[in-house]
Amino acid sequence: MKTVEEIKAAIEQAVPGAGVEIILNPSVCTQHSLRLAPSHAVAVATFLRDDADLALDFLSNATGIDWPDKEVAEKVKVIRTVTKTVDGAEQQVEETVEETRKHVVPGCLEAVYHLFSVAKGYKSPVVIRMKTVNRSDQVQLPSLTPVWRSAEFQEREIFDLYGIVFTGHPDLRRILMWDEFKDHPMRRDYVEPDDFEYEPTAHDEVLARAQAHRAKMADLAAGQEGAGA
Amino acid sequence: MSTSGIIQDKREGWNRPPVIEPEGDADLLEVAMGPHHPSTHGVFRMDVALDGERVIRLKPVFGYLHRNHEKIGENSSYLASMPFTDRLDYICPLTNNWAYALSVEKLTGQEVPERAEYLRVILAELTRVVNHTSAIGFLLQEMGASGTPLMYAFREREKILDLFEALTGARMMVNYMRFGGCRVDATPAWLADVRKVLDSLPQFFDEFENLLRSNEILMARSQGVGILRPDLAVNAGITGPMLRASGVNYDIRKVDSYGIYGRFKFRVPLGEHGDIYDRFMIRLLEMRESISIIDQALKDIPVGPVMDPKAKLRGFRPKPGEAYGRIEGPKGELGFYLISDGSPNPYRYRIRPPSLINLTVLEDMCLGSNVADVVLIFGSVDIVLGEVDR
Repeated sequence: MKTVEEIKAAIEQAVPGAGVEIILNPSVCTQHSLRLAPSHAVAVATFLRDDADLALDFLSNATGIDWPDKEVAEKVKVIRTVTKTVDGAEQQVEETVEETRKHVVPGCLEAVYHLFSVAKGYKSPVVIRMKTVNRSDQVQLPSLTPVWRSAEFQEREIFDLYGIVFTGHPDLRRILMWDEFKDHPMRRDYVEPDDFEYEPTAHDEVLARAQAHRAKMADLAAGQEGAGA
Repeated sequence: MSTSGIIQDKREGWNRPPVIEPEGDADLLEVAMGPHHPSTHGVFRMDVALDGERVIRLKPVFGYLHRNHEKIGENSSYLASMPFTDRLDYICPLTNNWAYALSVEKLTGQEVPERAEYLRVILAELTRVVNHTSAIGFLLQEMGASGTPLMYAFREREKILDLFEALTGARMMVNYMRFGGCRVDATPAWLADVRKVLDSLPQFFDEFENLLRSNEILMARSQGVGILRPDLAVNAGITGPMLRASGVNYDIRKVDSYGIYGRFKFRVPLGEHGDIYDRFMIRLLEMRESISIIDQALKDIPVGPVMDPKAKLRGFRPKPGEAYGRIEGPKGELGFYLISDGSPNPYRYRIRPPSLINLTVLEDMCLGSNVADVVLIFGSVDIVLGEVDR
């Protein structure tokens, strides 16, 4: 089986400007992965499937990962002018102070695909991944379902649980949660609602009317009391 | 999960389901099969559009049993997820245990002692027998052979579940495997019991095979029904007996030879037509191969520890990294994808469910056939909803 470097070279030869990046995996199983640029992902995926040497005709697993915004604290040495009392007189003194500065590394959503080959029978997967620009409004990634049908339900699941929108997916709907559900439960900042299946019912309307009625009656009673006195 | 619009829905592409137009101008009928249909093996719904008896469109609807198992896995420690894996595919908990243990072992690089590897193989193959007998029993039940064949299957299943209970303490929720071995050792008496059950199984298979092979009604209803093309099967990620019934030689026990499968001699049965009949003959033949594997394992099983003595149970924190491990479960490729960030809980805990992905082609197989055949085609996929919905 080819190494990730060889696969990267093969991709770059076949799809010019594909923008493939190797992501090393520090774990002992050494399943390194290739990060594809979303703009060329479908072309690269088609190449991986149809290339006679690689023949990655079998998409085993597709899944999402959430990388939320991370706050990184850094210690920086800063020179500051401080007013100090030296020998009874106030003086401006320069001083080196250590300061912790925080900055936010923007998060993203990631889709990971594990490829194998039925024709060649590789033992370890070829892992490809794509990431979105951010986690809120630019969450589109190209769908690989036209290349491997196996991704159909799995991409729907990623859409459902993570909120990645796969453009080009033939049937992108929620799969596990119900259609009216709003949030994406596998995101790390997801907060469970108090009542999952709250729906305004006829009963709520009646309650609201009863409350309004009670308030009106109380007002009326107060008015009559005032008139009586 | 709404039904509206499935009649109008048409999709295109070479790997898409064919578009079947209704004949004549009669009204189409939309039927929701399930979620409490006896044939759906749990809470699962198929929205079917019918032209007379013919299926024009079919959409599976999932999620009735969804409990977000993956989120639970991310919020509990590595070992705490082990009992939860029993609840995925509750017909074969031991293979689920193995797949999870194997993935974590890939992540950490732990060694598994010889005896534990042998025990894992014996248990996994017994599980395969349990799963395939039940699957065939359910098929015969759905074909109208009410009760008797299923009870035959369950009689044999019970013998094997007794073995599981004797070894692990539970019939189904076994929680048996650990990272780097197995929880408890098997006694010689237990291995003798396995041998006894093993000797009684071939006779039962003969009996069962007679039911399948020579029954005219069964042949009429299953041959040439629900055909799956091999190229589509590979493209759609179908695994397990379903893939091999379509004639594709892909068995992860052979391809990956994970554990110690490289040491055993066994054949991989392949189908020719990819219809329901093939799928069930493959399962029968696979059970016979399983018997042969267990037989070889019982002969060679060494004495020794069943846990890696260096394995840590408390304070288990794999180094940062990720791993995808997979095994050939009775229903297909069962994989676990784990990402560790060095904390006691996995950062990402993903299960690749064979049952869900095998349903991808359900529509392709059902289109154009009668609505009564949908029940059989669905049954031949062999799913468990605990794993589909997770």
